[in-house]
Amino acid sequence: MGCVESMNYEIVLRDATFKESRDYIKSHFREYIDVPPGFKVFDVHVIGLPPISIGLDGDFIIFPYTKPCHGTFLLRVEDREEAARLRARKK
Amino acid sequence: MPVQTSIALYLLNRLKKAGITPVVAGNKAANTLLVVADTERHYLGEVMDLDRAVALISDAKRDFDLCFVFIHNDAGVSYAATMGAISKAKLYTLVYGEHFEDQVHKIDFPCTTIAAKAVHNPLPLKKAIDEVKPWDA
Repeated sequence: MGCVESMNYEIVLRDATFKESRDYIKSHFREYIDVPPGFKVFDVHVIGLPPISIGLDGDFIIFPYTKPCHGTFLLRVEDREEAARLRARKK
Repeated sequence: MPVQTSIALYLLNRLKKAGITPVVAGNKAANTLLVVADTERHYLGEVMDLDRAVALISDAKRDFDLCFVFIHNDAGVSYAATMGAISKAKLYTLVYGEHFEDQVHKIDFPCTTIAAKAVHNPLPLKKAIDEVKPWDA
């Protein structure tokens, strides 16, 4: 999987604050993992105040993507292998 | 944010005069503002994409002694927290804009915060930087 532009993503939340995106993940997804800033999801190093929450919903990964001028977006991307890799961190 | 490029060039000059080699990391718009303003590169040295810089530092391929993060919105705070977590650099947050206090309150990680209500007039932020003298650190 390449950069964000090449992903088949759905925007779950746009122009949010980092806290709004973290709260959204924790309140909308039963399954999530907390990772440090700079952690790599696909080819994206996630940006934010630690801990950064990443939601998991079946094969879907929901993660924050921050753009300097536009705030934080929550993206939803389907990828079975990446979801499995992230789940393995919980063990 | 109008003051950003002015303050960045000012800080670059002060760092260079103190013998510190500055590297700028920003998004395309912020970098272009600097490159056009300093066409002959009197102040600018290396300029790189912000996300590339985050990737290089995260992957332990590069790091710096000092890091100044320019903040005027929530994303700026997120980038500063990230730099604090991935880099060994002494971290400075430069906070400005109409609602700078809202951003200052979100900063709960170790750093030196330099803040002023500066939007079009860079002097309040310049004064705040001069009081801290980060180039003497």
